[in-house]
Amino acid sequence: MKQLTHMRSALLYLLPSLILFTVFIFYPMFRTLYLSFFLTDAKGNASVAVGLDNYIHLFTSSQFLNSMKATLLFVLYTVPLGIVIALFLALLANEKLKGIGFFRTIFSSTMGVSVAASSVIWLFLFHPSIGMFNHVLQLLHLPQVQWLVDPDWALLSVAITTIWMNTGFSFLIILGGLQNIDQTLYESAQIDGANYWYRLRRITIPMLSPTLFFISTISLINAFQTFGQIDILTKGGPTQATNLIVYSIYREAFVNYQFGTASAQAVILFVIVLFVTILQFKLGEKKVHYQ
Amino acid sequence: MKQVSLNNVVKTYDKQTTVLHNINVTIEAGEFFVLVGPSGCGKSTMLRMIAGLEDITAGEMYIDEQVVNDLPPVKRELSMVFQNYALYPHLTVAQNISFGLHAKKMSKATIQQRVEDVAKTLQLTAYLTRKPRELSGGQRQRVALARAIVSDAKICLMDEPLSNLDAKLRTHMRAEIKQLQRKLGITMIYVTHDQIEAMTMGDRIMILHEGEIQQIGKPIDIYNYPANPFVATFIGSPPMNIAPATIRADGFFIDEQFILPNEMNERFTKHHTLVMGIRPEHITHIKTKNAHPLPITLRNIELLGTETIISFAVGTHTWHARMPGQWALDVGQHLTVYLPSDAFYYYDAQTGELLKKATIVGHFERLGDL
Repeated sequence: MKQLTHMRSALLYLLPSLILFTVFIFYPMFRTLYLSFFLTDAKGNASVAVGLDNYIHLFTSSQFLNSMKATLLFVLYTVPLGIVIALFLALLANEKLKGIGFFRTIFSSTMGVSVAASSVIWLFLFHPSIGMFNHVLQLLHLPQVQWLVDPDWALLSVAITTIWMNTGFSFLIILGGLQNIDQTLYESAQIDGANYWYRLRRITIPMLSPTLFFISTISLINAFQTFGQIDILTKGGPTQATNLIVYSIYREAFVNYQFGTASAQAVILFVIVLFVTILQFKLGEKKVHYQ
Repeated sequence: MKQVSLNNVVKTYDKQTTVLHNINVTIEAGEFFVLVGPSGCGKSTMLRMIAGLEDITAGEMYIDEQVVNDLPPVKRELSMVFQNYALYPHLTVAQNISFGLHAKKMSKATIQQRVEDVAKTLQLTAYLTRKPRELSGGQRQRVALARAIVSDAKICLMDEPLSNLDAKLRTHMRAEIKQLQRKLGITMIYVTHDQIEAMTMGDRIMILHEGEIQQIGKPIDIYNYPANPFVATFIGSPPMNIAPATIRADGFFIDEQFILPNEMNERFTKHHTLVMGIRPEHITHIKTKNAHPLPITLRNIELLGTETIISFAVGTHTWHARMPGQWALDVGQHLTVYLPSDAFYYYDAQTGELLKKATIVGHFERLGDL
């Protein structure tokens, strides 16, 4: 009886988040799963049940496979490099130097810039004739690059933009992690005669591992879900080279009005992200040292 | 064994706040030297300066004959135990102990041998594969000690190493650290705010207050002859009873209430105001020759088993008396206690200078005398 009252008050406290989650997460999730087994009309209502046909169609479609490949490459380009750069900047900014606060602000500033704004900035940097990159290449007497138009360069260009955009957040989190490390560990190591690299390898990285694990999980999920910069910079082109999976879902649903296949793609993306995250937790458990 | 000398050492932060003023002290080789003082007195800063973790603003520091002001910590060849132990939480006990040896690139066999030896000395052999979080407070403390002595450094610095332990363990570790220091013959510089640790462990102790040295000496000498009222009230528990006294022709007035006959009228004529003190154990309930009666009202009674500590008001000050044995007393009870005149200390009220030592102390009893 007492348990029942407890349960009731517990549910009452949970109610606001339950409502929000149901409306914005659970219902769309199940609706997506449901739609992925149907062909839909132009309004997105289920019309013909097709079973697994949508999925079969996707796995035989070269366009979808290409999109998967581009997404994986994009993740590979952005996640490791993005974390390494953020870690490097955080290590620099964690040194006790005069005026370091200025650099901390600069390094974390990309967090305050919206995806649209930073994409536009990079659109100008990449511009074939007035862009800064080609200007620099010209000064160095190197051949010009069609950053966003050349299929070999487009994905890389978007990856560079994304790394830049994510650095602020990763930097801030890693810096926070660094500042949480007990200073006496370093002092003790200093007395023991450990040099900088030894301290970095034996103290900083292991002590930072929970933070690095967190940031790699977040970066990975973010990379899989990239959309804004693609839409502004390349629109999935050239020749589908940057047609990442979320962009592909968007086009399928809201350009081609194929809500069924779009939903199937979304479900596949969900399964991939879920799988990768589980894998990461399984592997990470052994390497991460929680205090 | 190495000697550490500080010559007019000063520490100033931001060119404004001076936390250590002209520190002059020589810590002898093989000595157990205790730095003691209340929190914020600069004792940890001084230790960190010796370790090389803080810059020296002015003055010179020597280890043996060498000036070490600008020497990095590792070149000073010392070890340090931190208050929070600074154990690496992600490494096992063995890895924690061998961390410094690896950093110095010793051979694997030597490292293994040393770790085993040290673990044996400190009874850690069974825990070598554990992580710090799987150890009790006392075991962690031992790992920190092991890490300090494994390097074979001739100087060991300790920054309040026992403050995180419970009272019983602290007593035990006090003896253990002292024995270890004697066995290894290292020069120990030990920081604490606990006067009992200072008294029991130190060969010599230095009392620091607001960045200035108050007194350096053997613990018992400091107890018997505290150089100023600060030391008098800092060392000893309960502390020495202190009250400002005014000299008049007819005697000493303590807070305008209690009168002592002026026995040393001649000597103190130039000091109109004094601080007088008496240790709690010298106040008795028995009338002796040269003892002055003091009628009191009991404020508090602490029955400790072997002794009874009573407190009472003298003017605006609370005084304590330590009476051997167990006494049935009540708060509010009126009593007369006696203050032997040879137990009085007199200090100059302005300079704090010790004008007269108590003569009751300093007579050591020997077993043969019984």
